[in-house]
Amino acid sequence: MADAATPVVIEASALDQLISILKSKGFEVLGPVRRDGAIIHDHVESSADLPRGWVDAQSGGRYRLHQEGDAYFGYTVGPSSWKRLLHPPEQPLWRCGTRDGEIRIDAAPVDETRHALLGVRPCELAAIAMQDKVFLDGPYRDPHYAARREGLFIVAVNCSRSAETCFCTSMGTGPKARECYDITLTEFSDGRFLANAGSTEGTEILGALSGRPADAADVDAAEAATDAAARQITRRLETRGLPEILKTSPEHPRWDEVAARCLGCANCTMVCPTCFCTDVEEINDLASGDSARVQRWASCFTADFTYLHGGGAVRESSRSRYRQWMTHKLATWHDQFGTSGCVGCGRCITWCPVGIDITEEAAAIRGSTEGG
Amino acid sequence: MGAKPRIGVFKFSSCDGCQLSLLDCEDELLAVAGAVDIAYFPEATRAEDEGQYDIALVEGSVTTLHEAKFIHSIRDRSTKLITIGACATSGGIQALKNGADVADFISAVYTNPEFISTLDSCTPIKDHVPVDYELRGCPISKHQLIELIAATLAGRWPQTPPHATCMECKRAGHVCVMVAAGSPCLGPVTHAGCGALCPGYARGCYGCFGPKERANTSALAARLAENGADGRAIRRLFSTFNTNAPAFRQEAQRHG
Repeated sequence: MADAATPVVIEASALDQLISILKSKGFEVLGPVRRDGAIIHDHVESSADLPRGWVDAQSGGRYRLHQEGDAYFGYTVGPSSWKRLLHPPEQPLWRCGTRDGEIRIDAAPVDETRHALLGVRPCELAAIAMQDKVFLDGPYRDPHYAARREGLFIVAVNCSRSAETCFCTSMGTGPKARECYDITLTEFSDGRFLANAGSTEGTEILGALSGRPADAADVDAAEAATDAAARQITRRLETRGLPEILKTSPEHPRWDEVAARCLGCANCTMVCPTCFCTDVEEINDLASGDSARVQRWASCFTADFTYLHGGGAVRESSRSRYRQWMTHKLATWHDQFGTSGCVGCGRCITWCPVGIDITEEAAAIRGSTEGG
Repeated sequence: MGAKPRIGVFKFSSCDGCQLSLLDCEDELLAVAGAVDIAYFPEATRAEDEGQYDIALVEGSVTTLHEAKFIHSIRDRSTKLITIGACATSGGIQALKNGADVADFISAVYTNPEFISTLDSCTPIKDHVPVDYELRGCPISKHQLIELIAATLAGRWPQTPPHATCMECKRAGHVCVMVAAGSPCLGPVTHAGCGALCPGYARGCYGCFGPKERANTSALAARLAENGADGRAIRRLFSTFNTNAPAFRQEAQRHG
C-alpha cells in the first residue's frame, strides 16, 4: 500500500474502482458531466458519465464545447463552481409558527450527506479554501457550510490544458494542486493517471486501487503536463501593488467606461467561486400562518443589495457597483481575509454576456495610474 | 389583522391570463380564498362590482375612453391599487399600435371597423392613476401573486426584486444560452420573476417581465449585433409584450 508520499500510476479503469469505493463508503459522488452545451457538476455513477473527449474553448462572453482527443478531464472550468454544493443558491435557515399556543422556532436541519467531489481543479481548491475562511473562521461559523465541508472527500485533477480565460498563474492557485485535497490526479495523454494522496483517507482509498508505484519518469511526465498547461496561459493579472492602486482610484474615469458596457446582470458574481454574499428573505405560509427565513445568493450588482429603508440604494450607479465588486475582490479582500478574493478561474470573463474582463479592467486602472 | 381584506379583480384591455393566475394557484388557492374576501372577480364569481375595496388587482391597459374613465372610479374606491401583468404595467403587446396608424390596424384586423371605438394610444394604468404596487409579467408569476398577498397580510413589503432574470437563471443552475449557444436573450436586461422559464428550456428570454432596474439595453444590443442579429431582429426582440416600457421602446427605436 502506498503512503502519502509515494505517487502511484493508475490506469483509467481505476476511475471506476475509485467511484465504486467512494460509493461503498457512503459518499455521493459528484463530478463533471456534459449537459446543455457545457461541463457542469452532477452525480456520477461511473466513468461513462464523465465528459471524455470533450474540451472547451472560452473567451469573453463565449463558451463552446467540441470533441478533441480522449482525455477524461480535457475541459478546464465550466459555469458551475463547487460553491453550488457547499454554499447553495438557496438555504433554508429556520421556520417559526404557533404550536399549542406557544411560539416555536425550528432551525433548518444541516445536510450531513457525505459528498465526494471528482475533478476539482486547483483554482477551485483555492476557492474552497477562501470560502472556508469566510464561513468557518470568523466568529459566526455557518453550520450548513461546515456540515457539508467536513464530510467532503476531494479528488482534485491537475490541469494539463488551459483556457484562453485562465489566469491562475497570476493568482498563484494553479495549474497544479498544492493542498486541500484527499487525492490528486494528473492525466497522461496515454490514458493513465499519476495519483497522489493528500490525507489519511485518501491514502487508504488510493491503496485499494489497481496501480503501481510511480517512478521518476512518471513524476517528471506529470510535471511536464502541468508545466504545459501553465505555458498555455496567456492572460495575466498583475497583482503587485494592486490593492493600493484600486483603493486610491475611486474616481478613475475607467469606472465610467466599464459601466457603459456593464449590464448589471450579476452573472459574474453568481459564477464566481468565491463571491459569498446572500440575502435573507421571509416566506409566509398563507394556510398555516407559519413564517420561514431563507438565505439566497445576492449580488452587489443589484439595487436591493444596498437598499436602505427610506433612502433608496446607496450604490445607485453601475459605476459604483462594478467598482465595489472589483475593489472588494482584488483589494479589500486582502484586509478582510488575508488573500486576494480572485483565484484566476476566468469564469467572470467567460460568463459575462458582454465579455467584460477583470484583468483588462485592472490593467487599465493600473496603467493610467502608474503612467500618470 | 381584523376582517379579511376585500379584494376586487378588474380587467381592462388584456387577455385575462394574469387574473387567471389567481385561479391557477391550485394548491394555494384554498389558502388564498381563506385569507381574503374576493368580493368582485367576474372570472370566478357572479358578484357585482359595488362598494369599496381594500385591494384592487387591475389587469390590462387603457385603450378605450370608457377604460380611461373607469380606472378613476376604481382608484377612488380602493385603498390599494395593484396592477398585474405587462398590459397593466407597460401597455402590453397591444401598445404596438402606439405611434402607428391605428385606422390601418383596425381595417386590417376587423371585418366591421365601424364597430370599433378605441383611443389612438395604449397606456399603462400608472399613466392615469397612482399605483401602489405592480406585478410584472406576461403573464404574472403565481408565486409572486401569492407572495404579494402573503406579504400584504403579514404587513411587510413584498419581495419581487427588480434585478436581472440572470440571477434566477444562475440560481436555478441553467447554462447561459447566450454565452454557451449564442442565442439572443433579454435576460440581462429583464426584471426577474418568472424563474428563468425560457432559458430552462434552452431558449433566450423574451423579456416578458419588462426592463429590470438600470437596464443597459444598448450594451446588450451591441452584443446581440456582434452575435449576428441585424437591426430588424433587435428591434423585434425589444418590441413584444413590453414594447411600451420606456427602456425597451427606446432601444427598439435605435434599431428602427
